[in-house]
Amino acid sequence: MEQGPEAQYFSFLARGNHRIQRCDACGEAVFYPRLYCPKCGGGLSWITPVGTGVVYSATTVRRKPEQGGDYSIALVDLTEGARLMTRIVDIPSEDVRIGMPVRFAGVGPDTRTVLYRPEA
Amino acid sequence: MNRDLRGKVAIVGVGQAGLGKADGFTEMEILAQAARVAVDDAGLRMGDIDGLTTASVLAPMWAMPVIEYLGLDPTFIDSTMLGGSSFVAHMMPAIQALVSGQCSAVLVCYGSTQRTSPISRSVIASVRRDFDPQPYEYPYEPLNPLSTYAMAAARHMHEYGTTRENLADVVVAARSWATLNPDALRRTPLTRAEVLAAPMISDPLSTFDCCMVNDGAAAYVMVRADRARDLPHAPVHVLGTATRVHGRQGSSLPSLTETAAVESGRAAFAMAGLSPSEIDVAELYDAFSINTILFLEDLGFCPKGEGGRFVADGAIAPGGSLPVNTNGGGLSCIHPGMYGAFITVEAVRQLRGTCGERQVAGAEVALVHGNGGTLSSQSTAILGTWATV
Repeated sequence: MEQGPEAQYFSFLARGNHRIQRCDACGEAVFYPRLYCPKCGGGLSWITPVGTGVVYSATTVRRKPEQGGDYSIALVDLTEGARLMTRIVDIPSEDVRIGMPVRFAGVGPDTRTVLYRPEA
Repeated sequence: MNRDLRGKVAIVGVGQAGLGKADGFTEMEILAQAARVAVDDAGLRMGDIDGLTTASVLAPMWAMPVIEYLGLDPTFIDSTMLGGSSFVAHMMPAIQALVSGQCSAVLVCYGSTQRTSPISRSVIASVRRDFDPQPYEYPYEPLNPLSTYAMAAARHMHEYGTTRENLADVVVAARSWATLNPDALRRTPLTRAEVLAAPMISDPLSTFDCCMVNDGAAAYVMVRADRARDLPHAPVHVLGTATRVHGRQGSSLPSLTETAAVESGRAAFAMAGLSPSEIDVAELYDAFSINTILFLEDLGFCPKGEGGRFVADGAIAPGGSLPVNTNGGGLSCIHPGMYGAFITVEAVRQLRGTCGERQVAGAEVALVHGNGGTLSSQSTAILGTWATV
């Protein structure tokens, strides 16, 4: 069965792979996945991002310890140019800094999320 | 840009109801109360209303039950849903319908009982996940809308050196105005130190940086300027208005520190033929403390990045150089889910000169700025007395 870009994206994640799109016409890196480039209307092809990026902004969501404790929400600008929401792992959320270089750390156990960690 | 529509329509009636807790009343009932107050205030009868704009947080087909409940038979209907800015965004289509002759009296109305509703906010959030999917944000569990505004604040601090103290100054200014407003729900005086001591919810925003969750309804009535002259209150003319949307999700907006208010503001000022220095009072949708700073910058009251410093030393508080959020704002007056109609009501009252202790002396021109979603939709309106038309 033919699938739309959203189902294809989550199929990639289910196999542990992260993919974004690039516009065939203008070269724009596109996230989240769409049928047409939101900048120029061109067609889109899947690409494997190089895995690096920089934190655009971040917050720590405060949550009671018995409910799982605080956690990180961040927006990361990928090296390709697209921005996505993620969680920064491997460091305390309060230590995440805007401008911090980060690297892809894998797909979350729910296979619906992608995780990043500080660049070594 | 729409210059021929400048001042052609006026707001002639305003009403509010169910402010705070509307125990025992439904959303529709408090909406109807506010609508009735606004229509009475305009010196009209409900049967004179032949145009309706409304929107609901929960009900996607909301205009129909409102028409049914109020017994209307409108020839103009707009229920565009852009979040909290909707009731500012509804002004332009209403103006066009009135000026074209499609209708002669438009009722703009909203009501919410989100405070006392038997449906919990967590249930609403859960239903929204399915009906209004954001599959590239929801799985990360941002505490939205708060977390996106928190990331806007964090980014603003990073780019421009804005501080927690600056945010606290916005909160304290709103509270200072609220102490002068008998309708405001948070009226206890507040200090900067108390704000800074509050616990974080989504860093760098704390409990005091967030608007309230209340019940409340608000409504206003618009007619053509020629007809407005014969009605009981001094008309408040719409001199300029515009709406812009850059997207829905924070992760998809081009910037979290420069919003579409840059464009909505520029277009509204161009239509009005005015500049920020000519605004006597500004009502800026403060769902969170950072909003006030962002909109002061984006609407041109200060340069980009200077908002934090602009609000220092009480500049937007009572007695300051620019009165902002004179009812106490979403932070201290009221915030029933979508707040755009309430800021419009406050601006009209300021221009009528009926605001009592919080009245801005000699106010002739007011700016109303609505925000919706997570900095997603931006609607600006510039209102003026008859003398400014």
